[in-house]
Amino acid sequence: MSSFTVAIASGKGGTGKTTVAVNLAALLAERGVAVQYLDGDVEEPNGHLFLKPALETSEAVGLPVPVIDADKCTACGRCAEVCEFNALVVLKRAMVFPELCHGCGGCVTACPAGAIREEPRAVGVVETGRAGAILFAQGRMNVGEAMAPPVIRALKRARADGALVLLDTPPGTACPVVAAARDADYVLLVTEPTPFGLHDLRLAVELMRRLERPFGVVINRAGSGDDAVNRFCREAHIPVLAEIPDDRAAAEAYSRGELMNGLPGFQQALDRLSERILSEMSEKVRA
Amino acid sequence: MKELVVISGKGGTGKTSVTASFAALAGRAVLADCDVDAADLHLLLRPDIRRRESFHAGHAAVIRRASCTGCGACAAACRFDAIRAADGGTFRVDAAGCEGCGVCVRVCPAQAVDFPERVAGEWYVSDTRHGPMVHARLEPGGENSGKLVARVREEARAVGRAAGYDWLLVDGPPGIGCPVIASLTGASRVLVVTEPTLSGAHDLERVLGLARHFNVPALVCVNKWDINPAQTEAIERRVSALGARLAGRIRYDRAATQALLAGRSIVEGPPGEAAADLRALWNAVTNDVRKER
Repeated sequence: MSSFTVAIASGKGGTGKTTVAVNLAALLAERGVAVQYLDGDVEEPNGHLFLKPALETSEAVGLPVPVIDADKCTACGRCAEVCEFNALVVLKRAMVFPELCHGCGGCVTACPAGAIREEPRAVGVVETGRAGAILFAQGRMNVGEAMAPPVIRALKRARADGALVLLDTPPGTACPVVAAARDADYVLLVTEPTPFGLHDLRLAVELMRRLERPFGVVINRAGSGDDAVNRFCREAHIPVLAEIPDDRAAAEAYSRGELMNGLPGFQQALDRLSERILSEMSEKVRA
Repeated sequence: MKELVVISGKGGTGKTSVTASFAALAGRAVLADCDVDAADLHLLLRPDIRRRESFHAGHAAVIRRASCTGCGACAAACRFDAIRAADGGTFRVDAAGCEGCGVCVRVCPAQAVDFPERVAGEWYVSDTRHGPMVHARLEPGGENSGKLVARVREEARAVGRAAGYDWLLVDGPPGIGCPVIASLTGASRVLVVTEPTLSGAHDLERVLGLARHFNVPALVCVNKWDINPAQTEAIERRVSALGARLAGRIRYDRAATQALLAGRSIVEGPPGEAAADLRALWNAVTNDVRKER
């Protein structure tokens, strides 16, 4: 049995991805759904602050990088020629710049002297555990590393069979979001009713269309700005799945790392969202 | 020319609002938006584009269906899960997964894989009411955002040097990955805009770790600090231990939202507490940068 993955994405940062994801996880778990929360915002993972999981496993994420056997290297330059990422330079012999290496393995097969082997370089860590009934996993990229996708890919391998997976993604529309959301079964785009929110939502919508992912919009802090996001969604025939009212009490609870238990407007919006997700999931199971 | 880079770690803490206000206060400055995959500074500065260049970076594999024999060597060699089975026993490249490494191009015995350059985005040199601005647009889903950021900064520096500007103000991306690294290396200062939340505090630790890693002196300000004064104080107490200095606080102010909805920076909007705090913050930042460390 495979899992059903809902990616929570946004375009603009700070719109409430994590708030939606962790509270949804808590609500679904309370209703007896087997749910797993994955924190894919590996540059700045924050879901653990709210779910406070007990971590059980921790595994380094290794990216395979080339190591040159100096005795075998003939300095022919073939490895540097095939490397698209300039991670190899050949002067008197081949030199490796590991932080530029994407781990494609191209140099290993290209080397005519068999002088290149690979060793994993730690770029981050994947941790798993439990927060009550919620299965929990997060990726953390090491500070100073440039590439989030390898950590995100490793995290996604920790998806639990048969679970409803809620995957918190990084903000933006660049390769880390693609690595997270490219095979999601459904995507929630969380936005806010401001010009910044609308502009970045348009970019996120364009990305989800390119990835051919089904998606819907969640408007957070509804009422704090204007109605341009609603208008855009109506005109583009994008479903607005829920509107979470602007509420200082919610902002304060968030600031303390608390779940939104019992805030009425919030609860209602989340109920609607969870119903929608469960119906998307059962549709997929039927299909 | 002094280069100030505004970053945050956590997204949505107010980087762009702060940068736009600084642009208005600086008088003479070159502006750069390095948040290339969710660029918003132009919404406040309304640039007139003078120059537009397309940005090519890297390559993407494309399998010619007619030449594909369906042997699967490409799929076996690809480490990025970017090759999928297609109709008629052939294979295709899922562009979203392709890292542009070229391994499939070389292993294909039928030479059926093309490897064209990728159009990764566009960058622009523009005029704004506060000075010239260099900005960009990464293709949604684009690779190489770090390289586009580096290009934006290079052009902004060139524009600034040519016209003798004192300041380059950079609106940075969230996170700590390649576009952030490309934004801050070699800058005079970074200003980290954070918020008084547990998430803000957690992300601040990581982003200041990054600034230390690349030896860029860092300043910190807490935006909307009065949402949670206790958390603000907790953050401020940590700042010097993290190798940074405090530059100020900005109050939560509805007038700030009104200014943004009207497409203006906060200091150009209705007078209010946030606008006053931003003026004080700009003074603190300029004093710190002039002192040199």
